Formats: sequence, C-alpha cells, structure tokens
Amino acid sequence: MSQDHSLNPETMPQDPSKATMEGKHKHLGLWIFLGGETVLFACLFGTYLALRNSTAGGPSSQDLFGLELVFLMTILLLTSSLTSVYAIYHMKNNDFKKMQLWFGITALLGIAFLAFEIYEFAHYIHDYGFTFRSSAFGSAFYALVGFHGGHVAFGLGWLITLMVRNAKRGLSLYNAPKYNTFGLYWHFIDVVWVFIFTVVYLMGMVS
Amino acid sequence: MTENPNTSKINSFQKEKNRDEMRKQIITFALMIFFTMIAFFAVMMGTSSTFVIPLILILAVVQVGFQFYYFMHMKDKGHEVPAALIYGGIFVTALVILTFVAITWW
Repeated sequence: MSQDHSLNPETMPQDPSKATMEGKHKHLGLWIFLGGETVLFACLFGTYLALRNSTAGGPSSQDLFGLELVFLMTILLLTSSLTSVYAIYHMKNNDFKKMQLWFGITALLGIAFLAFEIYEFAHYIHDYGFTFRSSAFGSAFYALVGFHGGHVAFGLGWLITLMVRNAKRGLSLYNAPKYNTFGLYWHFIDVVWVFIFTVVYLMGMVS
Repeated sequence: MTENPNTSKINSFQKEKNRDEMRKQIITFALMIFFTMIAFFAVMMGTSSTFVIPLILILAVVQVGFQFYYFMHMKDKGHEVPAALIYGGIFVTALVILTFVAITWW
C-alpha cells in the first residue's frame, strides 16, 4: 500500500470495494469462506433434524419455544441486514460518515439480537432446567442456535473493530473491501437465521 | 491512480443507478418482512402441519434467494464463482440432511 488510496470525488471508482486486485481477491475469498460455512451449518441442521424429537423425557420444543420473542429477534436481524445495505450504498457514493452511521445502527441491532438470545437461553436453563446435557435435542439445539449466536458475536467484534480502526481514516481503496466483506458476512448470518427460525422454531411449534 | 481503468468520477448516472438499486433492495426488504409475517401467522393459526411445513419452507427459500441475489449482489455480473460456491454448499446441505434424517428412520 505505497500509493495514497484516499478517495475524493475525482478518484472515486464506481465500486471502491472491487477497484483493486486486493479488493477483488477479498471478495472472492469471503465467498469461498461462505461456501464452507454453508457446509458447516448444513451439518448442524442435519443433526438437529435427526435429533429434534429425542427429548429423553425432558422438555420438548413445544414446551419451550415462544413465538413472540423469536419474531422480535427475526425482525431485529432482518432490519440489521437492511441497515448494512444502506451502509454499503453510502460507501458507493463515497459518504464515509453516513456509512459509519448505518453500520453503527447495524451493530446496535446485532447487540439487541444477541441480548435477546442470551435472555432466551438463560430462560430455558433457569425456568425449565433445559441445558446442553438435558437430551440429544438439547445438545443439537444449543449447538445449532448457539453456533449462530457465536457468529453474530464474532461479526459484532469484527464490525466494531473495523469502525473504530478506520474512524479517523475516512474511506479509501484499502478499507472499502474490508467493509464490503463484512457486509456480505452479515447478510449470510441473516440467511442462516431465516432457516433457524423456520426449521427450529416454527417447525418445532407445528409438529 | 491514473493507471486504474476502473477509476472514474461518480457522475450523476452512477448515483442514479445506485439509487435505483437501493429502491429495489427496499422492496426486497418489504417482501422479506411480509413473508416472515405470513410464516409466523400460519403457525400461530394452527393450521394442519402437512400444509404449514411446506409453506414455511418455501417462504424461507424465497427469502434466502432475495437475500443472496439482491442484498449480496449475486444477480450482478462477475458472480459466477460465488454462485457456484453457494450452490455447491446447497448441494452438500441436501445430501447431509437427507443422510441424517434417513438414519433416524431405520
């Protein structure tokens, strides 16, 4: 990075996240990672589907789940996906402050989602005695939903570090790909959640 | 920066294009919220499971398609490799779920 990559309206490329070779490679690299993540979550979903009725006399999905909380969490995560789209939109128009603002809102929504998930797990453990070791269903449930929650927590750490580190730098061809890859990762987290609320929570309430 | 062929001013055309894309993404978001509400509503109504489970699974697949193609730009040019990776992942997902669910039948 010997060149000066800071952007102004004269040097602004159409998509700053893919204007450099490094940026293009980061974009492709993240998609390779997401392909691997798909396989990882496939295994967790497969395990959950196989074990979801093995409650070993403990609480079943119908005893535990409450749709109101899950609906609220879904709306929070879906909205955070839209706010990160807004952030990338402002990146393409070279408006660094608005990009930081919308990514900040994304982070707040993510934190709210994570707080509700921690509350949910604490509620299951304290009020139902439903833990990772209660039954095969418990293990599969906490492994799948907990792994997703871990991804949200990791994403939040990633985003906050990125925002703080670049706060005074402004948008450049060096950090635009970093923000863009985070945006893609965050959408993928939302994709996984769509299947979790459908397969785990909604199907758990039906059957 | 002069040697970079991608470099050009953000002209009003580009801004208009970005705004146009944003508009599509907002419509996408509205549809995703709408599908989510249908899925939750169908389950809360307590209709028969043989009807509800395929319905909510289809709604989830459509939502995820929107997410990939509009939010993650898989509809744009130069996304052949990402598409191949994701469809590869979906293929493995189908195999894994088929295997794991089949194991518990026998």
